[in-house]
Order: sequence, then C-alpha cells, then structure tokens
Amino acid sequence: MEVVAVFLPLIGAILAGLFGQKLGDRGSQVVTCSLLLLSAALSVIVFVDVAVYGNARSTEFFTWIDSGSLELSWAIRMDTLSAIMLCVVTIVSAMVHVYSIGYMEHDTSIPRFFSYLSLFTFFMLMLATADNFLQMFFGWEGVGLASYLLIGFWYDRPSANSAAIKAFLVNRVGDIGFALGIAGIFFLFGSTTFDQVFAAAPDMADSSFTFIGIEGRALDIVGILLFIGAMGKSAQLGLHTWLPDAMEGPTPVSALIHAATMVTAGVFMLCRLSPILEYAPFALEVITVVGAATAFFAATVGMAQNDIKRVIAYSTCSQLGYMVFAVGVSAYSAAMFHLMTHAFFKALLFLGAGSVIHAMSDEQDMRKMGGIWRMIPLTYALMWIGSLALAGIPPFAGFFSKDIILEAAWASHTGHGAFAFWLGVAAAFMTAFYSWRLLFMTFHGKPRASEEVMHHVHESPRVMTVPLIVLATGAVLAGWLAYGAFVGDLRMPFWGESIHVLHDHDSIEAAHHVPLWVKLLPLVLAVAGIALAYVMYMARPDLPGVLARALRPLYLFIYNKWYFDEVYNAVFVRNAWLLGKGLWKSGDVAVIDGFGPDGISATTRNLAVRISRLQTGYVYHYAFVMLIGVVAFVTWYIFTQIG
Amino acid sequence: MHGWPLLSLVTFLPLVGAGFILMIRGEEEVVARNARYVALWTSLITFVLSLFVWFGFERGTADFQFVEKTEWIPAFGITYHMGVDGISMMFVLLSTILTPICVLASWEAITYRVKEYMIAFLALETLMVGMFCALDFVAFYMFFEGVLIPMFLIIGVWGGPRRVYSAFKFFLYTLLGSVLMLLAILAIYFHTGTTDIPTLLAGAGIPPEMQIWLWLAFFASFAVKVPMWPVHTWLPDAHVEAPTAGSVILAGVLLKMGGYGFLRFSLPMLPEASAFFAPLVFGLSIVAVIYTSLVALAQEDMKKLIAYSSVAHMGFVTAGVFTVTQQGLEGAIFQMLSHGIVSAALFLVVGVVYDRIHTRLIEKYGGLVHRMPNYALIFMVFMLASVGLPGTSGFVGEFLVIVGTFQANTWVALLIASGMVLGAAYMLYLYRRIIFGKLTKQHLMDILDLNWREKAIFAPMIVLVLWMGIYPVSFLDVMSASVESLITNYEQAMAGSEGASLALLWSGQ
Repeated sequence: MEVVAVFLPLIGAILAGLFGQKLGDRGSQVVTCSLLLLSAALSVIVFVDVAVYGNARSTEFFTWIDSGSLELSWAIRMDTLSAIMLCVVTIVSAMVHVYSIGYMEHDTSIPRFFSYLSLFTFFMLMLATADNFLQMFFGWEGVGLASYLLIGFWYDRPSANSAAIKAFLVNRVGDIGFALGIAGIFFLFGSTTFDQVFAAAPDMADSSFTFIGIEGRALDIVGILLFIGAMGKSAQLGLHTWLPDAMEGPTPVSALIHAATMVTAGVFMLCRLSPILEYAPFALEVITVVGAATAFFAATVGMAQNDIKRVIAYSTCSQLGYMVFAVGVSAYSAAMFHLMTHAFFKALLFLGAGSVIHAMSDEQDMRKMGGIWRMIPLTYALMWIGSLALAGIPPFAGFFSKDIILEAAWASHTGHGAFAFWLGVAAAFMTAFYSWRLLFMTFHGKPRASEEVMHHVHESPRVMTVPLIVLATGAVLAGWLAYGAFVGDLRMPFWGESIHVLHDHDSIEAAHHVPLWVKLLPLVLAVAGIALAYVMYMARPDLPGVLARALRPLYLFIYNKWYFDEVYNAVFVRNAWLLGKGLWKSGDVAVIDGFGPDGISATTRNLAVRISRLQTGYVYHYAFVMLIGVVAFVTWYIFTQIG
Repeated sequence: MHGWPLLSLVTFLPLVGAGFILMIRGEEEVVARNARYVALWTSLITFVLSLFVWFGFERGTADFQFVEKTEWIPAFGITYHMGVDGISMMFVLLSTILTPICVLASWEAITYRVKEYMIAFLALETLMVGMFCALDFVAFYMFFEGVLIPMFLIIGVWGGPRRVYSAFKFFLYTLLGSVLMLLAILAIYFHTGTTDIPTLLAGAGIPPEMQIWLWLAFFASFAVKVPMWPVHTWLPDAHVEAPTAGSVILAGVLLKMGGYGFLRFSLPMLPEASAFFAPLVFGLSIVAVIYTSLVALAQEDMKKLIAYSSVAHMGFVTAGVFTVTQQGLEGAIFQMLSHGIVSAALFLVVGVVYDRIHTRLIEKYGGLVHRMPNYALIFMVFMLASVGLPGTSGFVGEFLVIVGTFQANTWVALLIASGMVLGAAYMLYLYRRIIFGKLTKQHLMDILDLNWREKAIFAPMIVLVLWMGIYPVSFLDVMSASVESLITNYEQAMAGSEGASLALLWSGQ
C-alpha cells in the first residue's frame, strides 16, 4: 500500500508534466490533486498499521547498483520514522496542492506547476522511505531538483533564477559531505543498507579512521560528514543562505518545500542515523552547537526583516535549529515531534501569508500593509493560530514540541546541552517577538498600502481557506494528541526499532523530571516577547525607529543577516569567477598553448623562415657556404688526425 | 550466431557501406540524398548486428568472447585477432549507437560534399569499433591511429572558421603521443616477442625499470586522448570548430580511447609503474576536475563550455582507474559510457540551436523556453545527467569513483567530490542563460521547437540515460568479471614484485 502511496504522486507528475497540454489546466489540477489526496489517505492507513500496530516492513523492487561488495536495491522501508514522514508529507502536500488551485489561478503554466509539486512529493517520499543511504541520496537530490525548479518557477525573473541556482549549489556543497559520508560508511561497514550498517554500528564504536589527515573516531568522522549534508538541506548556519532567497518561488512552494517538508529532510536523516550517532559523541556535540547557533542566529535576523515571507523563512531556519540540536542531545523523538508539529503550523503560516499576499495584490513588504484584519478575518484568525503554535503558547502544537526539546537539552546535563538550552530559550523569546511583530505590522495599525490595493483586499476563495483550516486543526491539536506517543509514556512501543537511544543518553526520560522553572521559562519569555512586540508595534509605533537609530550597528548587522551573503560572494563566488577567467586566459591560452602547440609551431615557422632565407638563389652564396664547409671539414680533420 | 565472424562484420560493414557510397554517381542533389540514406541504413544495420554482441555476450566471465584469430604476418607472429571482454564490449555498442545518431544529426546540417562526409563517418566507425575489438598490438595501433584521419578531415573540411588551425592542433597533439606509444609497442615486442594482447595480459613480465619508460610512453598517448590536464587544450578548439556530429563522436567515443588504453594496457601490463605513477594521475585528475570546471564557468561559447566539462568529467575517469578498486574501475568505465551518451547529447543539444541561429555564443540566446518547451525539457534532462543527479547515468559513475577514491585516498575523494558543486555551477548557469529569462532578442522570436528528426535522435539517448541511472546493473554486470580479474592480476603482480623494486630505482640504484 505504501508503494502505491509513494508512486501516485509520480504518476500525477508525469501526467501533468508531459500531457499537460492535452489535460488542460483544470485536468492537470484534478489529476494531481486527486492522486495526492488518495496518497494521503493511504498514508494514514499505512501509518496506523505501522506505528500503532507495529508492523514495520520493507518492500524490495530490484537491484540498483551492484559493484563488487557495494550492492543495494530500490526498496521501500516502512517503520515508524518513515510512516510519520509519509503522513506529514502527503497531508501537507495534498493541502498545498488544493490551495494552489486558488493561489495559482492567474498563472499561465498551471500544469507545469502541479507537475513540479507532485514530482517534489514523489522525491520526498523516496527520501523518507529509503532503506539504504544511496536511495536516500536519490530522494535527497531529487527534492533539490524539484526545489530548484520551483524556486525558478517564474523563470522570467532574474532574481528567481539566481535564487534557484543558489539553492541548488549551496545544497550541493552539503551533498559533498553526504556523498563522502556514504563512501565512508561503505568503507567502514562494507554496506550501505540501513539494517546492516546499524546492526554493525556498536562494533565500530571504537575504531578510528583518518580523513584528510585528521585522525578521529570513525563514526564521529562519518557522522560529521553526513551532518554536513543535513546542514545544506536543513539550512543550518553556514549553509543557510539559500533558504531566504528561496522565497522567490511561489508561496505554496515556500510552504511545502521550504517550511514543512524538504528542509526537514536533514533532521529526518539525522534521526534515521540515530544508531550511528549514538556512538559518535563528538559528532553529536557538533550537531548540538550548530543547531543551537542556527536557532539563535536566524531568530535575530527574523526580528529585523520587512518581507513577510522572509520573516517566516528565517523563522523556519530557526525552528530547524531547534530540531537539529534536539538530535544533538539524543532527543530524536522530540526532533521528529517538532518536525511534525512545525510542518503543520509553518505551512499554515506560509499559506496564510500567501493569502495575505494574494489579498494585497502581490505585495510582500510588511511596511506597505497594515489595517487589514477586519477585511480578511479568517486569514487573520488562522495566522494567529499559526503564530501561537510557533511561539509555543499552550495548548497549541508548538508548545509541546518546543518545550520538550528545551527540557531535553537542559536535562542532558552536558556543556553543549546547556549551551543549546540557553540559546534556545533566547530564540524562543525572539520567536514570539517577531511573530507578533509580523501580525501587528501586517494586520493592525493604519493602512499603509495605496487606495487601490486597499480597495481590492478580499478574503481568499474557499479552495484556499479550507486547506488552511485543515492545517490549523493540525496546529491546534497535533501537539497534545501526539505527545504521549512521540515523547510521552507510549514512546517505546511507538518508535519500535526505528530510533535507537543509548540508555544513558535518554534525555527524553530525563526531560520529564526537570525543575519547574525550566518548564516555565520558555513560556514566560514567549509571553514577554509578545508583550514587547505589542509595545513596540501597537502602543508606541515610534519605538522601533528610535531603537534602530540608537543601536544602528547592531541593527544593520542583523538587518543584513550577519553579512553572510556578502562574505560568501566576496570569498567564493567572485573568486571562482575570476579564477575561471584567469585560468582560462592565462593558464590555457597563454601558458599551455603558448609554450605548447602554438609556441612550438611558432618556433618551427620562425626557424623555417630563417632557413628559407639562406636559400637566396645566388650561386656565389652557395659556393661561399660550400667553401666554408670544406675549410671547416679540413680543419677538423687535421686537428683530430694530427692532434 | 556462433561461427559467424560477428566482430569483423560489425567492424567492416560500415566500410562496405562507404564503398557503396563511393560508387554513387549522378547529380549532386541525388548523390547527397543517396549517400545519406546509405549511411543511415549501413550504420543502423551495424547497430543491429552489434546488438547480437550485447545479447550473445556471456556475463560473469573475464574471458575474451567472439574471438577470431587468423594468421596475418606469420613471419613476425602477428595475427589478426579480434575479441571483446566486459571492458571493451560496451564501447563497441557506444560507437555503433552513436554513428546512426550522428548521421541523422548531419542530415540537414551538412550541405556540401555530403558523399565524402558520409564516407568519412562510416570509415570512422570501422576504425573505432576495430580499435575496441583488436587483440593484437599491430591491428590495435593501426585502428588507433587510423581514427585520426577521418576525424582530422571532418574537422578540417566541414568545420567552422578556424577549422584548419584546430584540425592541425588536434592532429599534432594526438600524433605526438602516438609516436611514443608506437615506440613502446615495439619495445614490448622486442622484449616479449609477441604482439598478442591476451598473451601479454596474462603476464607480460616486463622489468620495473623498463615499465617506467613504457608507462610514460603510453601515458603520453592516452593522456592526450583522454584528455588530461595539461594536454587538453586541443579539445576545446577541436570541439568548437568541428561540425556537431564530429563533436559527438569526438566526445562520445574518441575521448574514451584514452581511458580504454589505461585499462587495457597501462594497468594490467605495467602494474608496478601504474602504482608508482598513481599519485601523478590523481594529481592531474584533481587539477582537471577543479581547474577545467572553473574555466568552464567563464566560457562564452556553448561548445567550449561543454568541451571543458568533458575534461572535468574525464578527470573522474582517470582518478577512478588508478584507484584499482572494484568501485573505482567500474565507476570509471561507467562514467565513460555515461559521458559518451550525455556529452554527445549535449553537443547535439547545442547543435539544434546552432543549426537555427548559427552562433554558439551564449549571450546571443536567452528565454528559449518560451518558444521551445520540448527543447528545454530535453536539455534539462541531459544537463541534470551531466550534473550527476541520482537517477541519471551521470550519478552512478561519479559516485562509484568517489567511493573508489575514498578507499585509496580521502584527499583525492574530497577534491574530486568538489566537482559535484563546480559541475552543477557551470551547467546550471549555462542552462539559465540559454533557456530561462525573457525572450527579448529579435533573432530568436520565431525560432522553432524540435522537429521529428531531432526528437528521434534524442529519444534513444534519454532512454539510455534513465536506464543507466535507474537500472545500471545491466551494465555493471557486463563489466564486473573482467574488472575483478583485472584487479586480481594487478594485485598478484604487485605481490610478486613486493613493490620494492621501483622504490629502489628512485633511491639511486
């Protein structure tokens, strides 16, 4: 059944992609949406079977690669971990498909859009259901491709094209790590199939290995290499620069790919690797530190952005940081929990933002919004739900999942855990602040848009609001419904074999016994953040300006996103360019050709010209040369014979 | 088909077709049309015949198959000896499938001296196939060198404005290397008394001091063919000036002759020298991958860009071969096959718009997707295959090479893997500049999408790219036994010499 669920989107993508002309806009929409809804329904059934009744299984199709001892197959693995992803991906994707019918109404290439969306869903499912590293990599690169295509969907815009290429390339940088990590796994274990590798991982715990001159514990090195892959896809600090730019794509794409599913692939991968990471303490430390730094960094940047989608994008980046450091403190199930709840409320926020943008005649700058909450009340209410969930206010979904992560970080009683806890708490404060800043700037205050735009403001059609309501239901309920199974008392039977935690790493268990202040602190700070946003953007709207002037260097620093893009451009992009040009003109043309073929041929021609000059045609010249020759021979003869 | 001299048939049938074309007389128009059809049918029949090799080939054995052996010059013990094993068999098919595609691609693009052009192509096919089948050094050398002549003519007669310069550069570069190879072959003959390749493969027994020089001589020839940095500069020029079909064969098959040479001669016959020089090859391969990728990024000419990308991709091949691991070798062979299809297809892709607009400058294009959606899709598929997206043929070879090099040296693996990013950079950037953006340039306003002939050319190539990407086992199966025995022989030879002799050589003995 899961096989059908995985391949239905591919069928939809092929139908809409290749026969879109014949099917027409409506036909393509019907085909892809209905297939995806069907797939989502099947996924729920599979989920119940696998996660609730514990029927983990895998289906093998045929051999993919067989080279020496490297042997692996196309297969679909179904355990709790992949069942969760299957559900989250198909449900969110189905909602986004339906929503897009309304959102993309006026677009000229609707079949192409739906084909890409379905294609993305297929690759994402391949990633989630992989049973070996290579198939995961297949899905991994596939979602990268779909993301590239969808970011650059409006290919007439240069900015969209640049953003698409940037997303692909930055991800590829991470993929170097992933590919080398797979090579390392194969080198150590002689296999790339999850079952075999995971089974052998404990025996490998003490072996060491030298990678590019660095000697270390083998699993640490492999773990870090694979984590570099996850950093690219999950937009962790350093490789995050593509994610904000990816907002060039249509908003449903941002919701599906750059919030709910694809960007969480890195987190999913790390959770999948739990049997390896558990024996790689240093890798876990690195993961925690990077994740916590990302959570903090992105939250600071999110506070100063003015583009509604970028605020949410940085928020996503920050939330991904939470999930990653949850992995770092061995709270894999908490990471998956947050992944699941985040998928609902972040997709909701993005689609809500899309609804706002739709209402505002494609305006994305929050400085040009304001005062519209009465005109689009439903969107407004849904955005509130999304924000409450994001900020972690009970009883919304984010409260349960974010708190368990922070508690686990504190409860892990390690240096990096404490580091993550404090940065995470700070980020929680900022999260609440920027969320309400967004709400206030977008919906409240005086209208700052032009008369004409304000005149057109309207609530979105039902085809857009119904998916929002479905997602909002998830954002409200998913937390407390799933708490028990994901991280509560039922977690052992629920996860089964799919997640492996060493006994003394069990931070989830410890998280249930933390002091009260640890439980309350994030909530208190979140409320404080909301209050601050209220003061700054409702009560005293002049304050932000004053503050920005007073703290100008700091403001510019976070407004310009810590200058990551500028540094990367100066160091990598421009230099690659100059180097390419330089190597071509000076290396190939001047040196190699100059001294090589062209140089030799020039020398030959030169010589030939000179020699031909000797042939003057005058007899007395020749006679003279002959004479000299004879003299020379005679002299030589005399000297050698007599001397 | 047993009892039939199948390989000789596949090899020499194109020559028969060329003979027929030679006899066509009449008006120029009629001659051209007949020449095209004869060439197409000949190459198609050859391809069908070569399919018998594919189906009749017994997997799982390292022996040479379809062997034909007759006396040729008995005085020197030289025989006419043909046969294929898991390494060479698929190159034969690569040659036979690309030739009809080339004939089709030249259908309208070549307007003058069509008869001679088709003869050159059929002769080229004979020589290429013969080269991969030959199991005697003399025949091998004749085929290997012979390939140069039709290629030289194709570039020099039907090429672009700087065709003469390019043709001579191509010829001189490759000839210089080949002369040294001839010397090496003679040296082997005088040392061992035989030119029979299987005999030599079974154990040449050449002393290490001699291996060094022989290896270098072979290297001179193969490195130019591959081409490896820094003897690659003939390739961009040759590609730019060659007609589309010429580029296709050049990238598709001719570059593989170098890699094939390393696999067939350097590695098994000169194992100690190969081990000794492996770091050199790794170094040059890394430079090839990084350097030429960066250079490709800065190109303004589509064909030049793809030519440079070929150098970078072949860097994977050379690195993979000299890891002497199962994955590295199979990856290298697979990468060669994949590159044979993908880069050939990319040159055809360039050819499509070149035939319409007659320029290869990237800046003259932009926004083609608006007028040519099918073209954009097909270009996308091959672009992604070139980038090495999993599911396409490009991935399997690249990944296996990375796995192979990881076992040999992690630095090499890391630096080679950087090609994953750089390769994506120049291809995506190229694609963006040609396909995406607004359609504003006046001369592109009424450009036409692919016609049926062009679709017919690309269809089999897309099928191959996906087949090789999704079910590569059908190709890996063919090569695995031969590669395995190659590695076993190599390791035996190394164990026998204990690897010490060469070290002594350099320490002053």
